Amino acid sequence: MTAGAWALFLAVFLACAVEAVEATTIVLAAGTARDWRSAATGTGVALVVLAAIVAVLGPAVAAIPIRDLRLIVGALLLIFGLQWVRKAILRASGHKALHDEDRLYAEHLAQAQAQAARGEGGRRTALVPDWYGFTLSFKGVLLEGLEVVFIVLTFGSNQHNVGLAAIAAACAVVLIAGIGFAVRAPLARVPENTLKFIVGIMLTAFGAFWGAEGAGARWPGSDAALLVLIPGFALLALALTAWLRRTGSPAGGSPATAASPAMTSERAA
Amino acid sequence: MGSRLRAFGAFWYDFVIGDDWVIAVGVVIALLGTYLLSRAGVAAWWLLPVLVAVVLPVSLWRAVRSR
Repeated sequence: MTAGAWALFLAVFLACAVEAVEATTIVLAAGTARDWRSAATGTGVALVVLAAIVAVLGPAVAAIPIRDLRLIVGALLLIFGLQWVRKAILRASGHKALHDEDRLYAEHLAQAQAQAARGEGGRRTALVPDWYGFTLSFKGVLLEGLEVVFIVLTFGSNQHNVGLAAIAAACAVVLIAGIGFAVRAPLARVPENTLKFIVGIMLTAFGAFWGAEGAGARWPGSDAALLVLIPGFALLALALTAWLRRTGSPAGGSPATAASPAMTSERAA
Repeated sequence: MGSRLRAFGAFWYDFVIGDDWVIAVGVVIALLGTYLLSRAGVAAWWLLPVLVAVVLPVSLWRAVRSR
């Protein structure tokens, strides 16, 4: 594979892994608190709906002129990427609370259990004994799945390699879902802030690259410019994290727990 | 109907603009600058990396100052 193809694979894999962590957390909460069969059916139906959306949107995205697509997608990725990096830096430097999958899992679990206590489950069927569990899983997988679809279609179309982007996404989803269901516990040990930090850098780099090309600029070295942009933005973000850490940590995170983003534990100490 | 429209607008504002409007405005201005420079035949690839180097610290500083 070329350097550009590896960068595409890595960017899509990591971005989809973040979405998969969130979807898996919701499905695990629905299955644990309510009913596993309903949660599994909700997940399956959401995947069918997602496949239908891909079948409709895929050709539509491919029909947009590549320069216009790069300008629009580049602008959006650059904005999203900068927002992700900004939040990751604030978390890593202790200025914002760390995203805690344990807490999110507990919230979903408590909500599902409260509904169960009130006897709200809807009419039972063989495949869906509990409609609340079905709906919780369906919504979680559909919403996070739509983000995965957006990532695959935009990244894949821009690099003329939707197939590779789809393989990267499938690898991420299968890996994260496999781990989640093997341990049957929230994926709190997945270093989500570190993943978001890396994905934010990738989105920013791809966004700047495609946005500039869409606006008519030509990069020195063509695709190889990404190999300068990605480490360059990473160094900038690490330097900004170090700078903010020296200004104190009002969110309660200590510099010790919010060391280098690559070393940071996601669980608040 | 009005509240639904407001909620719809708020969703898209939050989705695209996010926590700090400075980032979105900076990106749009830099892309416009890139387009104009390119049309004028001037190399413009450097403008977006410069935007990142300027907007990210500014946005972080605004976030820290407001806490």
